[in-house]
Amino acid sequence: MANAASIPAAAAPKGKQHDPHAAPPKIVAIDPPQEFVREPLVLNGRSLGWLTERIAGVCEGKMPLWWWPAFIVSAGLMTMMFALVAYLISTGVGVWGLNNPAAWAWDITNFVFWIGIGHAGTLISAVLFLLRQKWRTSINRAAEAMTLIAVVCAGIFPVIHTGRVWFALMPGWLIPAPNANYIWPQFRSPLLWDVFAVSTYGTVSLLFWYVGLIPDLATLRDRAKNKVRGFFYGLFALGWTGSNRHWSNYEKAYMIFAGLSTPLVLSVHSIVSFDFAVSNVPGWHTTIFPPYFVAGAIFSGFAMVLTLMVPMRTLFKLQDIITTRHVELMCKVILATGSIVGYAYGMEFFIAWYGGSPYELYAFKNRAFGPYWWAYWTMITCNVISPHLFWFKWCRTNMVFVFFVSIVVNIGMWFERFVIIVTSLHRDYLPASWGYFAPTWVDVFTFVGSFGLFLTLFLLFIRFLPVIAISEVKGVTPQADPHHPLGGAKGGHH
Amino acid sequence: MSANAKIYGLLAQFDTAAGIFEAALQVRDAGYRKWDVFTPFPIHGMDDAMGLKNSKVGYFTFCGGFVGFFTGMTMIWYMNKFDYPLVVGGKPLFTPLYAFPVSYELTILLGAFATLGGMLALNRLPKLYNPLFKSERFKKATDDKFFICIEATDPKFAEARAMLEKAGAAAIELVED
Repeated sequence: MANAASIPAAAAPKGKQHDPHAAPPKIVAIDPPQEFVREPLVLNGRSLGWLTERIAGVCEGKMPLWWWPAFIVSAGLMTMMFALVAYLISTGVGVWGLNNPAAWAWDITNFVFWIGIGHAGTLISAVLFLLRQKWRTSINRAAEAMTLIAVVCAGIFPVIHTGRVWFALMPGWLIPAPNANYIWPQFRSPLLWDVFAVSTYGTVSLLFWYVGLIPDLATLRDRAKNKVRGFFYGLFALGWTGSNRHWSNYEKAYMIFAGLSTPLVLSVHSIVSFDFAVSNVPGWHTTIFPPYFVAGAIFSGFAMVLTLMVPMRTLFKLQDIITTRHVELMCKVILATGSIVGYAYGMEFFIAWYGGSPYELYAFKNRAFGPYWWAYWTMITCNVISPHLFWFKWCRTNMVFVFFVSIVVNIGMWFERFVIIVTSLHRDYLPASWGYFAPTWVDVFTFVGSFGLFLTLFLLFIRFLPVIAISEVKGVTPQADPHHPLGGAKGGHH
Repeated sequence: MSANAKIYGLLAQFDTAAGIFEAALQVRDAGYRKWDVFTPFPIHGMDDAMGLKNSKVGYFTFCGGFVGFFTGMTMIWYMNKFDYPLVVGGKPLFTPLYAFPVSYELTILLGAFATLGGMLALNRLPKLYNPLFKSERFKKATDDKFFICIEATDPKFAEARAMLEKAGAAAIELVED
């Protein structure tokens, strides 16, 4: 738009001969050719006021009709999950299908699945911020909310899988306090590192999310039509005024949060992978696990962001803010991380053969051709083949297709964790102790119910908080730039 | 001056980012000290335009992170080596290697809390009462308008109105405390 402003009719006039006394040729700024001009992040040149109105309008107005059925179904599934957790705790872990040798099964699969999904939010909010990827502003708020909710869903499973949950919550096992025999927790175990990693991750993500929310809560406070809303948004906005002396500290704090969260997000799934890699079970004991788990986590997280954003942008008419370009860029992240995941699958097999351990090699042959072959090939189809469809522009820009692939990817990532955990455990060193794990109905419906918890909390987030970071999106529009004609700058080009 | 005692400051509204940017430069160059700019989003270059120094939040983060790492290492040494030594899996009672992941997470955790706390402390927040909230116009400061407020305690407050008018303010109002 702005680039079309002043293309000169011709560049500097060409003299026939070099004349040392002639005036130096005029330097003319030439706009880049059309194909190099980046698409604007907010389409249709929407004004700052429009952005406030549209984004804040989502959580201020009545929810559309579909919201209530969606909420009731999700809350029903959530209730079912809590009922099944109560059944598990009152009866014992025998209600699940796991037993020796597969003492970890759906519980830990679900934990790793949910915590992996959480990684996209922090990646978008922190890593893309440090890399100056301005397109993150349209999606970071909802992605961070998704992260927090996914961490809640993830946190439930390791606690309930202990069977006697009160031990997990009592001092001396997980919490660093002495137990009844004055023994302290055992810090040599990656399982305890995991407790610190996941709880730090949840807490820091919450703080980061809240810092980002403060200016937007102030916007909602100033727009509040009734006293109750004004009071609560005002309380949580902490008296934010938009003072530049405050913005100065705020922006520094925001950057530091991004700097703290970047090593955090890389460490969390690395530590989750240590739960497996530090043991000496064939199929788990590999050094590739930390980077492979982190790539897989970002892969699944971006898929879940797309699963939520693609319907959301249509249902709330946010297409000018979450544009096709945003969706395309997320698809490219899926393509990149999906390729890393595919490479890791191949490398695991290579090392299993090259490493020369017959147990390791057997574990991998057993994955692909053993009794769980169907899980392995589901994983390969969903995770290795489906992301490569995103090489094609049509696949990245067709919203129905993107939505479909995003779900396929997450099915694949659930199966990845299932394959890693169950196929490694069910046959290890001693054939006499081999077994076969099959889930019970309690396993299945607890997992289904965790989606109810996830969606319930996400629907509540849509209902009460701005789904897009209003102040951040405004900051990347040309109107926000004091040196841009749309920002009111007089004369001159940019 | 008794009538002036209740006055908090002079609030001027600007309609564009460039407008507020130019005005801030002028207010700074005129030598005002007790003044501030209010914008719905941080404007690039405004810190320099106002003559603000680099934010000090980073010092808080460093202290928080340092305390976190030190706490982690000391806690694990105390629990697993000093207070109740218990050999597990033939591993050493204490080494910084196995204590590192937990200490690393605590560095980030306390660093993050210190960052948030430091940012709020430097900004004197939470501060739920602010005289500016009495202005109906000021509600637009979180929407799409830009404001400069020169406080009545500034020594050059008497010339403020003329100054803001010259800078191109769209509207000027007096805010009472």
